[in-house]
Amino acid sequence: MFPRGQYNPGTAMLDVKDLHVEVGGKKILHDINLQIGEGETHVLMGPNGSGKSTLLMTIMGFSGFTVTQGSIRFKGKDVTGLPVNERAKMGMGIMFQRPPTISGLKLGKLLTAASGETKEEIETYAKAVNMERFLERDINKGFSGGEIKRSEILQLSVQHPDFVMLDEPESGVDLENISLIGTTIGKLLDKDKHIVHRKKSGLIITHTGFILDYIDTNQGHMMCDGMIKCHGAAREMLKEIRERGYKECMECRK
Amino acid sequence: MQKVNVPGSLTAEDRDRMAQVGIDLAMTSRCGSYLQLNQDVAHATCSESGIEVMSIADALERYPELEKNYWKVVSRDKDDMTKHVAAQKEPRGYVIIGRKGSKNILPIQACLYLGKEQIQSVHNIIIAEEDAELHIVSGCASARHVGKGGAHYGISEFYVGKNAKISFTMIHTWGEEIEVYPRSAALLEEGATFLSNYVCMQPVKKVQMYPTATLAGERSVARFSSVVIASPGSSMDLGSRAILAAKGASAELITRAITRGGTIISRGEIQGKVDGTRGHLECKGLILKDGLIHAIPEIHGEVVGTELSHEAAVGKIAQEEIEYLMARGLSEEEATATIIRGFLDVKIQGLPDALQQQIDAAIDTAESGF
Repeated sequence: MFPRGQYNPGTAMLDVKDLHVEVGGKKILHDINLQIGEGETHVLMGPNGSGKSTLLMTIMGFSGFTVTQGSIRFKGKDVTGLPVNERAKMGMGIMFQRPPTISGLKLGKLLTAASGETKEEIETYAKAVNMERFLERDINKGFSGGEIKRSEILQLSVQHPDFVMLDEPESGVDLENISLIGTTIGKLLDKDKHIVHRKKSGLIITHTGFILDYIDTNQGHMMCDGMIKCHGAAREMLKEIRERGYKECMECRK
Repeated sequence: MQKVNVPGSLTAEDRDRMAQVGIDLAMTSRCGSYLQLNQDVAHATCSESGIEVMSIADALERYPELEKNYWKVVSRDKDDMTKHVAAQKEPRGYVIIGRKGSKNILPIQACLYLGKEQIQSVHNIIIAEEDAELHIVSGCASARHVGKGGAHYGISEFYVGKNAKISFTMIHTWGEEIEVYPRSAALLEEGATFLSNYVCMQPVKKVQMYPTATLAGERSVARFSSVVIASPGSSMDLGSRAILAAKGASAELITRAITRGGTIISRGEIQGKVDGTRGHLECKGLILKDGLIHAIPEIHGEVVGTELSHEAAVGKIAQEEIEYLMARGLSEEEATATIIRGFLDVKIQGLPDALQQQIDAAIDTAESGF
């Protein structure tokens, strides 16, 4: 339904080549190719179970996602075999969709451990996403859907990643909070800066596209059955999906 | 505040070991102090009005009425340890009495220090009269060199009067050859609160105890919290029991146990004897290296209107939690240590900040080496 996007990435932030991934011995991703340039934000779409989250988890390096073929290069370096924390140190960041609860670990303590920022600086970041009351709470314990998102965004804000992966950042968020989350993500991605000064890149999974009201995007990618089927302009692709569903994409044999 | 009158025989190492269990020899944040080295009482004092700290020998002489609190909630012939302590010609240990309405904000410290291969025997009586509030940190430690044959038998009797409160925080730093047998029991009157906290992060050959609180007064509350780590060669058999014997009484028994190769038996029992009582027992265990965590939670309900529950879980740290922190840039070791520190974090309601900080500091001593 869309022509394969032809685009020429500038300085490559992320370069995924011929990536094949297994989870629990089952082949999930096949032959994924994806390039994201510096300052670019891409959108990943596709029906449930098509492998979008698997791709994000694999790029971040979580255990259980086994790369059987291909490579992931980040800022020009092959990171395919690197542990999660080294990728984070290089500037990768991820927003968890369902992060674990860690009893006894205060959100504020994690923010300090992750950033080395002072207490005052952390409070400023927390206030920006209305999370200052959560700094002394066990991380994610009893947090609502929206609170989890704000906590994740806050963690990313102190981490200052150069490349951010967001898995459905708008899910479970009420209308009042969506603009707060949207604009904060926009800042994470340098969207408040002029395009020539934009250095941060992103990869966002979205079903609703609400988040696109706050973030300019460069490219959309459609994923089906563990493959990226086509590329295009994110908004146009979403409009098509809204009108016609994923049926045509599923049938697409291009 | 007068400093603790420290015997000249104490080495720098002795002082360090005491500091580890919360003993502040400079007395900057303590209102009273009792120090016993082996069988010698070195020091007993308290500056807070209405609160008395003295050796048990002095107390029995000065207050004949103490007879009614002597060997009453713990019986002399309970076992070999109580018999040994009862057979002492000159009893050792301390008596702390919070007179009616008295209150200490700065805790009282009691230090029981073992520097020789011998049995240290102690008999303590702690009384909070009506409306009194007593906060005590009991630091028990031994010199590093004390080898085989070193043991500590400690009897503690707690009497918590009407609307009174006692918090008792026990921190242990024993040696690898030392055996420890605390024998404690508490009696709670109407509206009384008893908080018993136990922290042991350091190796010990054996600790065996099963403190019991009898909630005899209406609306009385007992809370036991234990945070322990068993190193290889350490054997800890720890229990706590609450007997809910009056309407509105409630109890909470919480344990966080980690084995690094040692043995932990975590017992707990709540008995609901009358209507309108509530109790909860919780034991969470982490196995870092093969050892044993054996949780034996028991709830015993006798009447319709008692509500008792327990939960126990033993396992390892979830990989998902480690990787969550790694995604924020922490190394695997840092992530693991951070999660363990969180696991051990037990915040105790109603405890003064100074004591909570002491507990946190004691737990922090174990942070290295995970």
